[in-house]
Amino acid sequence: MSSVAEPKAPPTNRRGLTVKEYGGLKSTLCVGCGHDVITRQITQAFYEMGVEPHRVAKMSGIGCSSKTTAYFVDKGHGFNAVHGRMPSIATGSALANPNLLYIGVSGDGDTASIGAGQFVHLLRRNLPMIYIVENNGVYGLTKGQFSATADLGSRLKTGVVNDLPAMDLCALAIELGCGYVARSFSGDMKQLLALIKGAIAHRGTALLDVISPCVTFNNHEDSTKSYKWAKDHEIPIQEIGFVPFFEEIQVDYDPGTTQDVTLHDGSHIRLRKLREDYDATDRMKALGLLHEGQVKQEFLTGLIYVDPSKKDFLSLLQLPESPLATIPDEKVRPPREALDQMMEELK
Amino acid sequence: MSTAILEEKAPLPAQAGPAVVNDFSIHVATANGSGSMSSNNILMRSIFQMGIPVSGKNLFPSNIQGLPTWFTIRASKEGFIARRRDIGVLICMNPETAHEDVRTVHSGAAVIYEESLKLDGLRNDVHFYAVPFQKLVLELVQDGKLRRLAVNMIYVGVAAWLLGIDMAEVERAVEKQFKNKAKAIEINLKAIRGGFDWAGKNLKKADPFRLERMNSTAGKIIIDGNAAAAIGCVLAGVTVVTWYPITPSSALAESFTDYCRRFRIDPETGKPTFAIVQAEDELAAIGMVLGAAWAGARAMTTTSGPGISLMSEFTGLGYYAEIPAVIFDVQRVGPSTGLPTRTMQGDIVSTYNLSHGDARHILLIPGSVQECSEMAGEAFNLAERFQTPVFVMMDLDLGMNNWMSDPFPYPEKPFDRGKVLRTSGDIDRHVKKFGAFERYKDVDGDGIPWRTLPGTTEHPLAAYFTRGSGHTERATYSERPDDYKNNMDRLARKFETAKAHVPRPIVSNGPGSPVGLIAYGSSDFAVEEARVILRKRGLETDYLRLRALPFTPDAAEFVAGHERVYVVDQNRDRQMYELLTLEVREDCGKLRSIRHYDGFPLDAETVVEGVEAGEKN
Repeated sequence: MSSVAEPKAPPTNRRGLTVKEYGGLKSTLCVGCGHDVITRQITQAFYEMGVEPHRVAKMSGIGCSSKTTAYFVDKGHGFNAVHGRMPSIATGSALANPNLLYIGVSGDGDTASIGAGQFVHLLRRNLPMIYIVENNGVYGLTKGQFSATADLGSRLKTGVVNDLPAMDLCALAIELGCGYVARSFSGDMKQLLALIKGAIAHRGTALLDVISPCVTFNNHEDSTKSYKWAKDHEIPIQEIGFVPFFEEIQVDYDPGTTQDVTLHDGSHIRLRKLREDYDATDRMKALGLLHEGQVKQEFLTGLIYVDPSKKDFLSLLQLPESPLATIPDEKVRPPREALDQMMEELK
Repeated sequence: MSTAILEEKAPLPAQAGPAVVNDFSIHVATANGSGSMSSNNILMRSIFQMGIPVSGKNLFPSNIQGLPTWFTIRASKEGFIARRRDIGVLICMNPETAHEDVRTVHSGAAVIYEESLKLDGLRNDVHFYAVPFQKLVLELVQDGKLRRLAVNMIYVGVAAWLLGIDMAEVERAVEKQFKNKAKAIEINLKAIRGGFDWAGKNLKKADPFRLERMNSTAGKIIIDGNAAAAIGCVLAGVTVVTWYPITPSSALAESFTDYCRRFRIDPETGKPTFAIVQAEDELAAIGMVLGAAWAGARAMTTTSGPGISLMSEFTGLGYYAEIPAVIFDVQRVGPSTGLPTRTMQGDIVSTYNLSHGDARHILLIPGSVQECSEMAGEAFNLAERFQTPVFVMMDLDLGMNNWMSDPFPYPEKPFDRGKVLRTSGDIDRHVKKFGAFERYKDVDGDGIPWRTLPGTTEHPLAAYFTRGSGHTERATYSERPDDYKNNMDRLARKFETAKAHVPRPIVSNGPGSPVGLIAYGSSDFAVEEARVILRKRGLETDYLRLRALPFTPDAAEFVAGHERVYVVDQNRDRQMYELLTLEVREDCGKLRSIRHYDGFPLDAETVVEGVEAGEKN
C-alpha cells in the first residue's frame, strides 16, 4: 500500500451516494433556527439508510417548517400543500403510488391548529409516512402568535400570556393507534438522528414531535420552547441505538436494561432505559409517562411508544403490487362485455 | 284540518269524457321509511315493460323515517320525461298530507286513498276510490312485521286494476325488484294480487286514465344519473376515488364501488385495480384526489354544493399547481344546508370561478343520464390533458331520479393521459428537443406544460417541487412580478386552448325563427317538451343546449343569429344568463331570463309560460 496521501474521496453509503446527493436548496430560515438542524439530521438519516433519493416524496403544509422540504433530497419530488392539509395530499399520493417513501414536515400551527382534523385521521389510518412536527409553540411566518402546542401560562415577547392548555401531539398519536411516537429536541442531534432512522425503518405513521425553538419569536426568557428551557429541562427516557437491517448486529444487550425492537424492514432500535421499568411497547405506560411529565413539567424525550405490528392503511386496502399511478390503461378499462352486462341488468 | 271544500266546482258526471291514454302522471304520497320505494319502482317498471315511455321522480325529505315523501311516475306516449305539473292519479297513503294532497290535484283526477281517511268529502270534482288498505293487509299478510311494507304493494294492485296495467308485467317487475329472494317475491305478489282482486270486485272505474301497451321502450334501460356517471368512471379507468357522504351524490361513489367489485378485479392477480377511501370531510377528499393525480392516478371525488364550498381552497391549488382532478357536483338547493333533497342548478357561477384569486375551471354539464356517463369519461381526458380540476355539473334531478335511456355505447376512444414524461428516455428526448425539462414552461405554445410523476424514473432532472405559492417555469419559489405574470398569462392561454376541446353545445336550428332558447343540464327534457307545446301553439323556437364552460364560439353565434333568446336557469340569480351576458357583450340586450327555483324539477309549462310572457312584451 502506498504511503503517499491521496485526495480522499468523500465517503459513500451502500448505494454509492455521498451525503451531498441527499441535499437540497439553501435554507432561507432565520440564522440559528432549530428547523435547519432537523433538516441536517433528515439529510444524514436518509444518507445513512441508503434511501433512493428519487423514491422520496416530501410533503409539507404552510409555515416556516413546511418550507424545509425544499432543503433536502432535491432528487425527490416535493409537494407544498395548503395550510394544515398535507396529510390528505400524502394519503392520495400513497394510494396511487405506495412504493415511495413519504416524509412530511409540518409545524405546530400546521398540525395542531388548522391541520388538527387531517392530522388525527392520518394517525387513525396509520398511513405509512414519517411525520415530523417542528414544534416551537408559535406561528413564525405571521410573526409570533401562539399555536395550540404553546404551554399553559407561557408568555410571548410582547407579554401576551397563553391561557389555554397545550395539545400533546404524542399523547394524541398514541391514543389514535400510531405505532411509532417520539419526542425530541433539535438540540439533541444524536437522539434525533436515531429516531429518524427508526422512522424510516418503520411501516406505518411515525410521528416525531421535535421541539425546535423559534430564535426570532419564542426564544426569550419566559418561553417554554426556547433553547435554554429545552436544554435545561430535557430528560431523555432512553439512550437510543440503531442498527440498520443491512448491518450485522455486533453487540449483545442486557434485556434488563435495554429494550430491543425489530422494525418493519429488519432494522433494530435499541433503547437503553434511563427510567426504570419503562417499556416503550406498553401503550398505557407511554400515556402514563406523558401525563406524569406534563404534571411535573418535565420535557421527556425519546421513543415514547413503538408497536411495529400494527397494519398500515395501504395493506388494509389490498392494493395491487404495481402502483395504481402507473397501471396500464388496458388493465383498468373493462371490456365491452362488461358494459353489455351492466346494460342488460338495467333493461 | 278543515274538511270544507275549497272551491265550488261542478260535480263530475258519472262517466268522464274521452279516455286519457298513456299521457298522465301518477303521484304516490307516503311517509318516508315506509318501504314505498320498492312499490313505486314496481309500478314504474310495469308501465315501462308495457312499452310506454316513463319517468320516475322521488320528491323526498331530508329524513330517514316518518316525514312526507312523494313519488311521481309520468307515462308519456310522446316520450316526454320531464316532470309534469298536473297530477292525473293520486295515491294517498300518508294521513299527514292527505288533505293537502287532495287539494292540489287538478279537477278530474283519480284519487285512491285509505278508506278510514274519509277524503271523499273534500272535493266533488275528482274521482275518489276508497280502499280499506289496513283491513286488506291484515288478511293478506300473516307476518305482522311485514305488513307496514306490504301495505304499499296493495296500492300497486289497485292501480294496476284501475289503470289497466298488465299483471304479467307486474309479476316480472316484482321478480326483478327482489331478484332471487323467493319469499319476498311471494309475499309481495300476494299483496299486489289481493289489491287487484279487491279492486275488481269493489270499485267502479269512473276516471278517464288508462294505460295501453305500446312499443316504445324496447331495448331501453332505466337508470339514475349517479349510477350512469359511476359506469362512466368505471370505464374511464378511474383508480382512486375519495369521497365524503352527502346527499345527493353519495350513490355515485357507492355505485362506483359496487361496479368496481364486479368489473375491476384484475383477473391475473385477483386484486382490485382501484382504491376507494371514505374521507373525513370534503377538504380531505379533494386533497386525496390531488395527491393521487399528482402521483399519476386517474382520481375523482363526488359531492354537492356544501362540499364544493369546502373544496374551494384546494381547487385553487389544483388550478395553480396544475394537477388533474375530477369533481362531480350533484347540485342541490343552497345556499348553506338549503334543501338537501331538492334540485337546483345553483353552483354554476361559484364553481366556474372556485378559489380565491384569478381561477377558471372547465365545467362539463350533462343533460341526460347517457351524458353523465360519457362526460364522466371525457372529464378525465380533459383533466389530464389540461392538468387542471374539471367539474361535472350534475343535479339532484338527474343524479337521483330514474330516467329512461338508450343503452350506453362502449367508449372506443383511448384515454388521453396528457403530457407526461414517463421514462428517462422521454426526459432525455424532451431535453434534446427543448434544451431542458422545466415543469411550468410552455414549450408547445398551447399553454400546457409537461410533467413527470414522482418516483417513476431515476432521471436526475425528473423531480420538481409542487407548490401553491408563486413559482418559476422551473418550479422554484418566486415572488418576482414577471414570473407571476408570465405564469398567470400562460394559465389563461391554457384555458383558451381548452375552448377547442370541451364538448360543444347541441344546436337545433329551424328555418329562420327569431326566437332562441338556451338551456343546460336537466332542463333539457322540459325545454324540448316546451318547444313542442309552443310549436303547437304557433311559435317555432330554435334551441342551443350548453354542455360545458368555458363557452365555445357557438353560443355567441347562436345569440347573434336570433332576435330574442330565452336563457333557462334552475336558480334565482339566473347564473348562466349572467355568464352569457359577459360572453355575448353587445348582443346581451337580446337575452331574457326564465328562472325556476322552488326545488322541484323543471316542468315544460314553466318554460312555455316564460317564453309566452316574453313574447307578449
